Amino acid sequence: MGNPMTEQTQTSNATPSEQDNTGKKSDIIRVEGMHKWYGDFHVLKDLNLTVAQGERIVICGPSGSGKSTFIRCINRLEEHQQGKIIVDDVELTDDVRQIDTVRREVGMVFQHFNLFPHLTVLENCCLSPIWVRKIPRKEAEATAMEYLERVKIPDQALKYPGQLSGGQQQRVAIARALCMKPKIMLFDEPTSALDPEMIKEVLDVMIELAGSGMTMLCVTHEMGFAKTVADRVIFMDGGEIVEEAPPHEFFTNPREARTQKFLQQILAH
Amino acid sequence: MAESTMKPPKKALSPVKWMREHLFSTWYNALLTLAVGYLLVTSVGPLLNWLLFEANFQGQDASDCTGAGACWLFISQRLNFFIYGFYPDELQWRVDAMFLLLAIAFVPQFIERFPGRKWLGIFGMTGLPIIGYFLIPGGTFGLEVVESTKWGGLMLTLILAYIGILASLPIGILLALGRRSEMPIIRGLSVVFIEVWRAVPLITVLFMASVMLPLFLPEGVNFEKLARALIGITLWQSAYMAEVIRGGLQAIPRGQYEAADALGLGYWRKMGLVILPQALKMVIPGIVNTFISLFKDTTLVLIIGLFDVLGTVQSTVTDPAWQNVAIEGYVFVAFCFWVFCFGISRYSQNLERKLDTGHKT
Repeated sequence: MGNPMTEQTQTSNATPSEQDNTGKKSDIIRVEGMHKWYGDFHVLKDLNLTVAQGERIVICGPSGSGKSTFIRCINRLEEHQQGKIIVDDVELTDDVRQIDTVRREVGMVFQHFNLFPHLTVLENCCLSPIWVRKIPRKEAEATAMEYLERVKIPDQALKYPGQLSGGQQQRVAIARALCMKPKIMLFDEPTSALDPEMIKEVLDVMIELAGSGMTMLCVTHEMGFAKTVADRVIFMDGGEIVEEAPPHEFFTNPREARTQKFLQQILAH
Repeated sequence: MAESTMKPPKKALSPVKWMREHLFSTWYNALLTLAVGYLLVTSVGPLLNWLLFEANFQGQDASDCTGAGACWLFISQRLNFFIYGFYPDELQWRVDAMFLLLAIAFVPQFIERFPGRKWLGIFGMTGLPIIGYFLIPGGTFGLEVVESTKWGGLMLTLILAYIGILASLPIGILLALGRRSEMPIIRGLSVVFIEVWRAVPLITVLFMASVMLPLFLPEGVNFEKLARALIGITLWQSAYMAEVIRGGLQAIPRGQYEAADALGLGYWRKMGLVILPQALKMVIPGIVNTFISLFKDTTLVLIIGLFDVLGTVQSTVTDPAWQNVAIEGYVFVAFCFWVFCFGISRYSQNLERKLDTGHKT
């Protein structure tokens, strides 16, 4: 009795993803009618978004518009109360195992780096591969060095985060996320806490990463980065997606009044 | 540009100048200096005389204490009782072996470059209590049984403090995590446990453990008094420990929790690898404070009829064979406690320095 049952569930599970594969390039993130409240405060209102594999999306908007909250919902650092979020065919629910499955595939870079100060740069990078992916230490360290080289700080591997500059720390944070070999990278204002002369070194790494075909969602105020890298720019205001367009169209010919006003303010100085 | 060769200005003073500047800078400073100096001269001299120069070290019994100073004979003659309590003389090698192992495990912790000291420390926290569990009471491996009612003195103090410290830390960690848990039942139980145990004086806990508990236990089930006291002390102490550790957990920025979550570490690895190492390091002073106060609180077992080092001394100073030796006895007890507490304190400072990767972000 047991065998046919399991076979059945397996096939029924496999069907939707097969359909995705046979259709157009598969959507790796699907957000459908998603709402979020903080207490009674309605932060995110009916968000809908699909992201294809390899797509690079920049999310911008005035502060308090909910853009950070939105991408933090995608790896469940924030909980949504209504609607669906499906990441790599896994729906985010209260199920802790599902959440951890998604988090393994989604790397995140924070505004304030959030490196672990009690571990060296190398240990920061190896921690999760060793403990979550169960990769042997030697192998994990070799991979970590590869990524540290890619972000151009292999020589800092044995230092502690507190000994590095902000720009270096943020590059380590990017390397740390990449060491998990994620399918998606989320960036939550990665350059906002940096001194001006360090912004470029971080952006360069991100541009290089974008070139490698990584799926990226990036909350940022760096409009230059959006112009060069993004496939789509999303403008949020008041917890809603106001406008969604390719960068050229977004910057030269914004449709909505709110977008126009925002662009005027941000590009004026 | 060339490297600057300018050095900060040096400030060297001759002793006379230093004294004039620091001790006699104004008339009232000079007055204070003289007053304090007078006090020092009049008190330190007699104290040293009592402690050492006029003290009695040699002889057999009270009649040999003829000098004006302290009668240390009392301590040296009764030392066996102060250290082992009523533990039989011919079996005291077992206790000595434990003292030796304790020293082997922990003295190297003060020597920076001692090879393998980390493993010795781990042995001290795992192997040592296991060996002690078999060796001290006996009853297995052909060892003669020594009932816990015969244990006493410094040995008993160390057993109580050591097991109390060793067990209260992990229990405290679990309680602290429980109190910060998102699961209402676990959080509720932790809060109740902590608030109940912390609000009760240790004396009450010990009384309950020795007098009340046996009344509630079913017929035939009987813990030894010492075991009951130990459980009481440990649980009472772990409530304190939990609150110290909770302070550390709350001091860790939210970003650390989020970064660990985002890496998919899951709850236990997040806590064990990221949060606790930082939180515990931050509250080492508080943890050590709790350890030291636990060490001294073990003397309270006196009131349920266990003879720790203070208990043995106190029962001996009333011995008619020795007259007027109470001060010597209490000075000795104070010294014993000071040695161990100071040791714990030094070790913790050592540990803090070693774990300091500094450079806060």
